[in-house]
Amino acid sequence: MSTTHDASPPAPTVRITIDGQLLEVEAGKTVLEVAEQVGIRIPRLCYHPDLSLAGACRVCLVELEGTGQFIASCANKVWEGMAVRTNSPEIRQARRDIVELLLDNHPLDCQTCERSGRCELQELAYSLGVRERLFAGARKHFPLDARSVSVVREPDKCILCGRCVRVCAEVQGVNNLGQHGRGFSTLVSPAHGRAMDDSVCIQCGQCVAVCPTAAFLEKSDTDRVWAALADPAKHVVVQVAPAIRATIGEGFGHAPGEDHTHKMVAALRRLGFAAVFDTDFGADLTVVEESLELIRRLEAGGPFPLLTSCSPGWISYLEKFAPELIPLASTCRSPMSMTSVLLKTWYAQSKGLDPRQVFVVAVMPCVAKKFEAARPEHRLPEGDPYTDAVLTTREAIWMLKSYGIDYWNLPLLDFSTLQDDFDSPFGETTGAGAIFGTTGGVLEAALRTAAAKLAGPGEEVPLEFHQVRAVDGLREAEVALGGRTLRVAVANGLRNAARLFDELAAGKVYHLIEVMACPGGCVGGGGQPYPPPGMHVLDPELLRLRAGALYQVDRGKPRRRAHESPGLRRLYDEFLGEPGGSLAHTLLHTSYAPRGPRGIR
Amino acid sequence: MSEVEAVMPSVAPAFDRQAELDRCAARLPPAAVEQIRQARRGPHPESALIEVLHTVQDAQGWLCPEALDAVAQLLQVPTATVTGVATFYHLFRLQPQGRYRLAICLGTACYVKGGDKVSARLQEELGIGIGQTTTDGLFSLEEAHCVGTCALAPVVMVNDRVVGPITPDKIPGLLEDLVQQDRQGGRR
Repeated sequence: MSTTHDASPPAPTVRITIDGQLLEVEAGKTVLEVAEQVGIRIPRLCYHPDLSLAGACRVCLVELEGTGQFIASCANKVWEGMAVRTNSPEIRQARRDIVELLLDNHPLDCQTCERSGRCELQELAYSLGVRERLFAGARKHFPLDARSVSVVREPDKCILCGRCVRVCAEVQGVNNLGQHGRGFSTLVSPAHGRAMDDSVCIQCGQCVAVCPTAAFLEKSDTDRVWAALADPAKHVVVQVAPAIRATIGEGFGHAPGEDHTHKMVAALRRLGFAAVFDTDFGADLTVVEESLELIRRLEAGGPFPLLTSCSPGWISYLEKFAPELIPLASTCRSPMSMTSVLLKTWYAQSKGLDPRQVFVVAVMPCVAKKFEAARPEHRLPEGDPYTDAVLTTREAIWMLKSYGIDYWNLPLLDFSTLQDDFDSPFGETTGAGAIFGTTGGVLEAALRTAAAKLAGPGEEVPLEFHQVRAVDGLREAEVALGGRTLRVAVANGLRNAARLFDELAAGKVYHLIEVMACPGGCVGGGGQPYPPPGMHVLDPELLRLRAGALYQVDRGKPRRRAHESPGLRRLYDEFLGEPGGSLAHTLLHTSYAPRGPRGIR
Repeated sequence: MSEVEAVMPSVAPAFDRQAELDRCAARLPPAAVEQIRQARRGPHPESALIEVLHTVQDAQGWLCPEALDAVAQLLQVPTATVTGVATFYHLFRLQPQGRYRLAICLGTACYVKGGDKVSARLQEELGIGIGQTTTDGLFSLEEAHCVGTCALAPVVMVNDRVVGPITPDKIPGLLEDLVQQDRQGGRR
């Protein structure tokens, strides 16, 4: 008699043999996935677990036992009785040949390449035992596309794996990249083979993140920062985005998910910055101004939904793909731009500095912030940008290493007189600003402040809004605020945002939507460190760990609602006047306009 | 509403998507616009892409960037996909073509009968290479691979007309006839 009470039928399984080992495995899995479960990581290049299947590179070949036939393990599902060999002299030779042929059509400049040491092609060539160049055929040559302020495209380094094309289409819904031409002369580029600058690119940098080589990179601004730091006429300050403290340690071999606030501040101070400020301050300020926008719209009965405006990749998408929605977007500048504006006005005045002497560097998880900083809306009346240079997390890590800062060996960075806390007043921040770095954080921060402002006397004010947390791409929730019920949504990855906009077009009502261009929000930004071994770009586990560090920062703050920040109170009292007032309006808000070429979603 | 406007500076003029689409439609031959309209009624409009590109090329002689953009917008297929397809197939022309497109057959029969010499003479007389167009926009040269009239080999196609057998010494006369025809406003 059966004693099983489990109602759900067991998943169908098949029996296969991998390298002589008989296994019973879940049906419907690929050979590559099954091998991974038993501890064999078959070499791969074009494969990415979160993107569609390409089967383009053939590096993951395995041998069907007894047939002499090679199949791509990423593209073939297991079947009953299947027997494969992942390693044999023949299969190892075949993989090595494939990679040698790729290398033959690849520049021989590993020593001077930006990706050196972090390049998947380099690692693969090493692990497969490529030790000499056997082929010497023709080499493709295309012009370097370095006109964009954000993303540099170097087609000579492209191996046509198609990951960038897939991430741009499947995750971002931007479809900026396509394979042009055919065969040997195939070129991955925007439409018409044009420059990134002249395309529907939204500068999110996910192509940079998924590229296995250096065919896509951020435009480097490190030289300009070194030069400013060495210029005695410049007062060089740095602001650091919320998400950086959760990821910077990874660049030095620390495990993902650690909060590195203090070590990071001390290290940046050692680089020579006159002051190290926290972009969380600008994030708190954004919350105050944006929740006021929400409250005013609630009082006026619309227009709804209010769309958040912190993510510059999303703002480019808005202008290129969905200009109909421009009137719904919050006019708040991003936390970076708010902080920069105040550094060149309030801070410069209080220090008796000419704003042109102040050189503002922003360390951002983001490639698109370079584009945002260069926008004409974010410049002083004389034309100087409020933010002089944007460094990605990767660039900041490189600068610290290049300087020789011993980040890994020292448990704490203690540079005698150097303190490891952010400088005042842009260092006094709340937990609301901290969670800006993860998906759902901006929405939760705005709800915290709006809930406090809308609450009736004696009413209990909620602090944490767990219903908007999680790293998945699309969430909706209803929240009760001061007797009203608001329908809110969070989208990260613009393909998810586009789904929400379809709902909007179909008549569904939302009051507040947070949109972040990158998967997981800023913790998954295009400027974040390449993932540690065993993890991949877009890895939900990696995003969860990084977000966890930010929620930890939030919990550790004495104040967790943005409007309770004493730094902000001083700012409004001494300088801005009223939230939403005329000076705040001039300095903290911006505008958007349709931009070409028109994107198709 | 005044308070709302206070936090929304310089509101951009409302975006008019229909006007943008109308401008796209004006760049394409009506037959292509109609094909796109039909395709968008079905579940897979993108499957009509190649057919639409042929219609545009037949009407306009080549696929100019503006026409490719217009096809992308109206069919709602990403522009990078449209230009990716257009550059993949040899039969799509991405350069403006001469009023007389001369396609030299280099199929086996024509080749054996001296098609390569015909090709060399045409390039010499016109001062252009294969895939190029004369500066006056009159002639362009391309190669064909068997046009199915081997009995006439070697042949050259002039737009849709087969001319053959043709030998290198007949080339100057052929070109002179076409120049005269063009002056009289005729295409054939």
